[in-house]
Amino acid sequence: MLAAMRVSLFIACLTDLFAPDVGMAVVQSLEHFGCEVDFPTAQTCCGQPAFNNGFPSDARTLATRMLDVFQNADYVVTPSGSCCAMIRAHYPELFHDDPARYDRAVDLAARSYEYVEFITKILKVDLSGLSLPEDEKFTYHYTCHLRTLGASGAPAIALLQQLGGASYTEMEKADQCCGFGGTFAIKYTDISGAMVRDKVQCGAATGADTMIVNDGGCAMNISGGCHRQGVPMKVRHISQIIAAAIEHSASKAKGAA
Amino acid sequence: MTEAVVEPQSSRTRLSLPVFRSDFMADAHEASADQRLQTAMDNSVTKRDMGRKTTLAELPDPNALRELAGQIKRHTLDHLDYYLELLEANVKKQGGQVHFAVDSRQANQLIVEIAKRTGSKLVVKSKSMVSEETELNEALTEAGIEPLETDLGEFILQVDHDHPTHLVMPVVHKNAADIGHIFERYFKTDFTDDAQVLAEMARVHLRHRFNEADLGVSGVNFAVAETGSIVVCCNEGNGRMCVSRPRIHVALMGMEKLIPALDDLPIFLKLLARSASGQSLTQYSSIVSGPRRPGEVDGPEEFHLIIMDNGRSRILAGEYRDTLRCIRCGACLNSCPIYRKVGGRTYGSVYPGPIGALLTPLFNGLEQHKHLPHASSLCGACFEACPVKIDIPKFLIMLRGDQVKAHITPWTERTIFKLWTVGLRFGWTYRLSQIAQRIGMRLLKDKQGWIKNLPPPVNGWTKQRDFPAPAKEDFRTVYKRYRQNQKPSVRR
Repeated sequence: MLAAMRVSLFIACLTDLFAPDVGMAVVQSLEHFGCEVDFPTAQTCCGQPAFNNGFPSDARTLATRMLDVFQNADYVVTPSGSCCAMIRAHYPELFHDDPARYDRAVDLAARSYEYVEFITKILKVDLSGLSLPEDEKFTYHYTCHLRTLGASGAPAIALLQQLGGASYTEMEKADQCCGFGGTFAIKYTDISGAMVRDKVQCGAATGADTMIVNDGGCAMNISGGCHRQGVPMKVRHISQIIAAAIEHSASKAKGAA
Repeated sequence: MTEAVVEPQSSRTRLSLPVFRSDFMADAHEASADQRLQTAMDNSVTKRDMGRKTTLAELPDPNALRELAGQIKRHTLDHLDYYLELLEANVKKQGGQVHFAVDSRQANQLIVEIAKRTGSKLVVKSKSMVSEETELNEALTEAGIEPLETDLGEFILQVDHDHPTHLVMPVVHKNAADIGHIFERYFKTDFTDDAQVLAEMARVHLRHRFNEADLGVSGVNFAVAETGSIVVCCNEGNGRMCVSRPRIHVALMGMEKLIPALDDLPIFLKLLARSASGQSLTQYSSIVSGPRRPGEVDGPEEFHLIIMDNGRSRILAGEYRDTLRCIRCGACLNSCPIYRKVGGRTYGSVYPGPIGALLTPLFNGLEQHKHLPHASSLCGACFEACPVKIDIPKFLIMLRGDQVKAHITPWTERTIFKLWTVGLRFGWTYRLSQIAQRIGMRLLKDKQGWIKNLPPPVNGWTKQRDFPAPAKEDFRTVYKRYRQNQKPSVRR
């Protein structure tokens, strides 16, 4: 048997604080797929908020820390699309005039994956053996930063459709930003509010029980929008659905045995 | 080359672009609550974006074509001095006259002078964003010359004393009923909101006026340096009328609108029509090479090309050169979720949407339009849509950085980011700040775990949506326990 793939988790600050269950779903599903998972506790933040707001030197400080923390990782996997985009697309940019760190940034970028990307491109998982505890209707919001990663929404949708009991309906304007954008949601709350209302309406119009996202920021924003508007739709990171299916299928197998 | 006589410039005190609106936040507040505007946007702008995707997908490799177009534009900009001289020489060879204008005032002055010299009383115009930039209509009117917009949308706006809010669909913010009321007043007829009838009213009116016009002003979609030709793309036929019917034709262009050779043109025509309106080709693509030759039956007696700088050489010289690749197709507007919510008026000047959020502060200075570089979620839809691959999010971030360096960003924000960096720089400060946030925010939550009102400076969030309270335990705590007993137990 091949040696297990070693995966180092990068759990973004929002996930750490607001959605530990997403982090655990990533851990459990990756372990189920045969990976050896570790979580380097020295990690903090990728520096994306500073970078996006025009503070590149502060972003460099935090990026340097990330280069150190994940120096020896084979693969770095994160459930946050935007943090992955930060590492992959913007770290090399940040260090373009610092050759030593530039090389390390390019190296880290090559080892970094967003969760769905990792399980589809590297692990090439097939979920068709798994099923959900109850039938569930899904729709999918395309997380903007997947664009930076050159990824479409198709792999996530394909994963959903492999699961027994899952059905998928495309929503209108699926690729329109939900209005999160970090500090944008706070500074330009009127515009952001109109965007999230649009997203919630488009999602609700599909009749889905659950909207799937690839980023903690989108999840906070859209679920907060749903709650404010009294829309009962849940917003989940795709790893949570996969972990639930793994758990259900395992307990079913145990029951049958 | 004809040198215009201009009085000494006080360019420091004059902005390159006109400013129509100056309170971004108030306009954004009003527009984002305007359901009627957003319905209009979805019906036109969002649909056009889908049309773009569909027609681009017909091409064998649209991405490679965009890349090529971007490279051609970059090459042209990198050698702009060479291509401008080549263009000038070739326009002259074709019998045309070339004028260089330092700024919008000089450009207008050149056109007024040509009009006066040729005894022109009525100027018909095809749609041209650069003439919006110079406020040509105002300059002509002031000089006692009547300007007439002949693009349907622009005509409606001229009659209504309004400004365009989109690069290619100028009247996108008005619906058929609005236009019906405008025409009811202008033509003194009965109200109708039948688009066919309204278009016919304008068509009949404009058709007569084309015949009366002495001078036609057009914009320039592309100027071909190698042949000295200008290309005018339009869908209504009015553009072709403007460049062929009047005695005099003046084409006004920003100095970045060049392509090297005629061979490059098909690439841009393919991309422009698809990106702008989801068409394979615009209805009319007029290639104009100089005035009427002896023996020819139509075309103007004189052809003038005005090449305007108006701040472009300053942008060309700096880090934002690639923004000058823009071919004004409007694809970034159509794809932009923020433009879809706030419309073009909120952007305050001539160029709205993502490209406007870049160009407006670049033209008018960082001190102006402080909000524009920030009012973006950086979703990247614009970059994905851009037919010449302008990395708009990257440039927006660079502008933000320039604002920080110039201390335009408020000191409070700069301090917050400094403290934030310190907080995340060390493991222990990170833990401490996460714990403080968890405890603090959990005090505010209701029984279901939601926060309805966050305190300043983050209260913006809860004005529009609820905020989820932090989980009882953070990921690292849960993970540590999981590793200890290899058994998950997430407590909310």
